[in-house]
Amino acid sequence: MNFRSLSLFSAAVSLAVVVALAQETLSQSAQPTPTAPGAPPGLTLLSRDGRRPLPIVMVSDQEFIGLDDLAAAFQLAIHEESGAITVSYKGKTIILTPEQTLASVAGRLISLPAPPTRSGRRWLVPVEFIARALAPIYDVRLELRKPAHLVIVGDLRVPRLTVKYEPAGAAARLTIDAMPRATGTVSQDGDRLTVKFDADALDVPGQLLPAQPAQSIVQAVRVTDATTVTVDLGPRFAGFKAASQPVDPVMRLVIDFVAQPTETTPTQPPAAQPPPAPPELPPAFAPPSSPIRTITIDPGHGGDDAGAKGANGTKEKDVALSVGHRVKAVIEARLGVRVLLTRDDDRSVPLDERTAIANNNKADLFISLHANASMRRSTTGASIICASFDAPSETAGAAHAGERLPTFGGGLRDIELVPWDLAQTRHLDQSVAFATILAESFKGHIPLGAHPVDRAPMRILEPANMPAVLVEMGFLTNADQEKLLAGDAFQNTLVQAVYDSVVRFRDVLAAGGTR
Amino acid sequence: MTAQRIVVFVAMVLAAFVIGFASYAVPRWRGGPSTHAVAAARPTPPPQPGRKIKARLFYINDDGTRLTTLEREVPYAETAVDQAREIVAAQIFPVAEPLVSAIPPGTTLRALFLTDRGDAFVDLSKDIVDAHPGGSINELLTIYTIVNALTANMPAIHSVQVLVNGKEVETIAGHVDVRRPLEKNLALVQ
Repeated sequence: MNFRSLSLFSAAVSLAVVVALAQETLSQSAQPTPTAPGAPPGLTLLSRDGRRPLPIVMVSDQEFIGLDDLAAAFQLAIHEESGAITVSYKGKTIILTPEQTLASVAGRLISLPAPPTRSGRRWLVPVEFIARALAPIYDVRLELRKPAHLVIVGDLRVPRLTVKYEPAGAAARLTIDAMPRATGTVSQDGDRLTVKFDADALDVPGQLLPAQPAQSIVQAVRVTDATTVTVDLGPRFAGFKAASQPVDPVMRLVIDFVAQPTETTPTQPPAAQPPPAPPELPPAFAPPSSPIRTITIDPGHGGDDAGAKGANGTKEKDVALSVGHRVKAVIEARLGVRVLLTRDDDRSVPLDERTAIANNNKADLFISLHANASMRRSTTGASIICASFDAPSETAGAAHAGERLPTFGGGLRDIELVPWDLAQTRHLDQSVAFATILAESFKGHIPLGAHPVDRAPMRILEPANMPAVLVEMGFLTNADQEKLLAGDAFQNTLVQAVYDSVVRFRDVLAAGGTR
Repeated sequence: MTAQRIVVFVAMVLAAFVIGFASYAVPRWRGGPSTHAVAAARPTPPPQPGRKIKARLFYINDDGTRLTTLEREVPYAETAVDQAREIVAAQIFPVAEPLVSAIPPGTTLRALFLTDRGDAFVDLSKDIVDAHPGGSINELLTIYTIVNALTANMPAIHSVQVLVNGKEVETIAGHVDVRRPLEKNLALVQ
């Protein structure tokens, strides 16, 4: 009886192994996606050396993997003695016991979802063995992503991509979330866009986007190499605009598309830039001729960092976020300018990341919103602060601008090299001009401090590669100002003054001023 | 004869010491007269026996947006690094009204280093972060109180970097970049 059931079991396992091996052979170079219905997809081992398949065996709906395969892939030594299986790696051991779900990993007990199973001369272990038993003793990071059938070896950046497509009449939006965060760079190549991710590989679901109708602006989204996603465009495509923004914990790439106005001109080549915006299009399609098309608003502090606090409990982070939301709403609605917030809720964002959002989205203006504090309770008034650099930095910035460097094709080319932390040096004149406009707009509406326009080595402004200011709206340490800052009336007045200043600054830039 | 020689030798040594001190210490520690010295309520650090030098220290002015200077005596030290420590210790010492210090209460000096290039690294306790009330103007005045106290009183010190608990930090309250040594900023002094 026992012998018979063992034989049946062995036969079933052998059959599963044969099926798995056949499937694995057929899909040697395939992505880690299901290849045949009913057959288990193999695991894909991702490391600096490339991809390598690891076959899976299904036993009682449980995914198993051969210890011999693991031994070959991870340089393990397998030893079987007196009923125990010892797996060794560089002096560390895992001890498995048949029919036991508990295993000892370097002296510590872990549990597996199923016990080790013998298949002919091989031992099979559940795939969770990789994460629970092998990873703790292995000398580089091992990460098992079971749904994607991926095993990541070492510190590779393998973001998982999620794609959402929202067609809306003459426009459409494609959103690609990458988690953990990885930035995608979009470029157009004829009738397709390529999105190259700053990563080592991509973790993608079986199908990024369901099939689209023939009239859709986006026809398909597919992975074309280890780190590239290709967006196939339909004949209605006329232009696009892409922007990346971190949305905790993912990096969100939003590509906005516009369609050609009629469907009778499919042979017209796609325009590199979006055409002038019809009024119903979203703000991302502001007139391309405007010197200000994108503004980054940075509500200061957030999360654990409350910033300055008033005696009545008003927090700088809350005032900054509230004003930030209002500025975004007003400027987007009235000017048709895209406004990006460095944070749109109560969370902590590193200073470099805030400026990076502005730089990566090629913002034309950066405004950081803050509320001040003083050791003297009588101190009041708003001020606008521009960056300052100690003398050697200013000259270093100038020296780096416009170097002539050799190019691949021979000859020399002017290359602008500006160190990250000195990017603001080139925009200081414009920053001071905008700060002065802000101070003038505040006059008579917002109480100004003793030094309405100030200079300081502000961490957040130094890397900004565009005109950039930090607005201190008032002093939370002053009782009257705390009440003001927390109130709708003051915040709306301040937003109106910021809006007026942006319009004036835009007009000055359009007229060729400040340079 | 021998006793006379000893007297002459001692007199020469004393004269050399006096001349040496006059040529080294006096120009080195001589600060200009304070234009905004606060007359009342001078801080009272623990009494230190021995020689003193005059140093310009920095406190928050009446409108809370700039620094004002106060000239006061600080113990003399033989080496530049010890003298720098004395100045910072005097600067971060708590003061009473009407003086207001931009240094958060409880901040202590953990260590101070000087480089040959004239950079000073001032390692302060984490109280400078934890007890800081925030605000960019406050933070600016806190940082430049330390930077100016050293650069204005010690010509050998060209720039100052503030460290917190022995480590380099980005900012102490989220605004002012302190990842590198900062130079004297007298534009912030009233």
